[in-house]
Amino acid sequence: MAANVSPVRPAPLDAQRVRADFPILATTVNGHPLVYLDSAASAQRPLQVLRAVEEYETHSHANVHRGVHALSQAATAAYEGARERVRRFINARSTREIIFVRGTTEGINLVAQAYARPRFKAGDEILITALEHHANIVPWQMVCEASGCSLRVAPINRRGELELEEFLKLLGPRTRLVAVAHVSNALGTVLPLKRIIEAAHAHGAVVLVDGAQAVPHAHVDVRALGADFYTFSSHKLYGPTGIGVLYGREELLASMPPWQGGGDMILTVSFEKTTYNELPWKFEAGTPNMSGAVGLAAAMDYVESLGLTAIAEHEQHLLGLATAELARLPDVEIIGTAAHKASVLSFTMKGVHPHDLGTILDAEGVAVRTGHHCAMPVMTFFGLPATARASFGCYNTEGDVASLVAALHKARGVFS
Amino acid sequence: MDLKDLYRDVILDHNRHPRNFGRIEAADGEAEGHNPLCGDRLRLSVRMNGERVEDIRFEGKGCAISTASASLMTEAVKGKDRAAIQELFGKVHALLTHHDAAPDATLGKLAALSGVREFPVRVKCASLCWHTLNAALGHGAATISTE
Repeated sequence: MAANVSPVRPAPLDAQRVRADFPILATTVNGHPLVYLDSAASAQRPLQVLRAVEEYETHSHANVHRGVHALSQAATAAYEGARERVRRFINARSTREIIFVRGTTEGINLVAQAYARPRFKAGDEILITALEHHANIVPWQMVCEASGCSLRVAPINRRGELELEEFLKLLGPRTRLVAVAHVSNALGTVLPLKRIIEAAHAHGAVVLVDGAQAVPHAHVDVRALGADFYTFSSHKLYGPTGIGVLYGREELLASMPPWQGGGDMILTVSFEKTTYNELPWKFEAGTPNMSGAVGLAAAMDYVESLGLTAIAEHEQHLLGLATAELARLPDVEIIGTAAHKASVLSFTMKGVHPHDLGTILDAEGVAVRTGHHCAMPVMTFFGLPATARASFGCYNTEGDVASLVAALHKARGVFS
Repeated sequence: MDLKDLYRDVILDHNRHPRNFGRIEAADGEAEGHNPLCGDRLRLSVRMNGERVEDIRFEGKGCAISTASASLMTEAVKGKDRAAIQELFGKVHALLTHHDAAPDATLGKLAALSGVREFPVRVKCASLCWHTLNAALGHGAATISTE
């Protein structure tokens, strides 16, 4: 074995080969080949995911954790195998720290209702940022309403970056919990998570990270980050909808009461006393989404087979290219110009409302998101009702960027 | 699906130069319309003379369809009484939602909105101002939301 092995650079992504894995990309929209630039809303699924789900449904389905019969055992093995796959994907210590939920929104609500609400009181503070998706705002407002604690919001600057100094000033002895996005869905800003978590921990606050927009674009190691809770959705990671993950440090999860009662989350039930199941099942009342979990595990296999570093480099290349191309258009303004961004390019076009832009781009087969991106406070900060948002995934190409630019010229033509 | 059907010259003109834009100071009725999906906001104010809309203005920010529809509506309803406005709303509604209906001959410039029906997600943009007018005339809530 060679004594001196230089680190092997992963092979760059071959987007044309990747595209062959996604049958939906062959769709024709309004007479044009589909140009799918809305992966930040929901990514498409590769055949590997579709087949894994079909395989489970065809050969392995029964209810989990219940029967002694063969199929129930197969379903349980598939479901618990998926949990182990997730544990490895984010490098959690134990599968007891991996709770399957419906998605990021449910993950945040679980922590809000089972961690924050029972223990926070008037005078306590929850700190979020001005970049957050509604799913990382409203659950905390509900906790504040129920418990009397207050919500503090750290500001952003005109580039769409967190004002870290202001954030640090808002941290204090009253701060019980910090809830932040890893990557902003509306602007693409990557937050300085390690600094945020270290500072929060120094003040004794726990940290929840909304990782919905991060896991498809970077290798996330929850232990290296030091996150107390980290939650994300399968469908933005090329997996099925209706399933997601809440990671929580075991001692925190163990200290929390269940948030929904029912089957599977109990050990014994009598009318006098019920004992709850162990982690992670304590938080999974009712029959879970087994085929979703299997699909999510297959999606994790898929992105790791491409290499998350290769995916990230590919997307950064496209984001850089699209940013440069749009910056050349005098009537286009890019919203969110943070130094560190991932996948997302939000913009407006002078004289063309984003909603009209969305329709015109769609007529050209180009799918972008238009609207407030469930981040109304971000739109208010920039004084905009809405933006158009292009977002890039592993299957996008330079040709997709060119189609976007051509469609923008078309939009200008309609309105001139 | 043809973009030219949606963005007709009349629509583009009324988007670029909205008629009756602004606010009536001593209004007899006011209402606000909101489409949370796209962030469109629209405020209507009306001055009545008995049953008749004597003056009407609108302000707000919206897409071309919602702006042009509001502008066209203000021109169409000025001078009409409540009953005639209700009748007109019915015809516009049919125009926006019924696929094969030929535009009613009495719709005038409003017929330019017929292309919207080929774009189902945009129908709310065109109808928001009419629902808001209903509210400003005292039928229903003072704030209208499409969602």
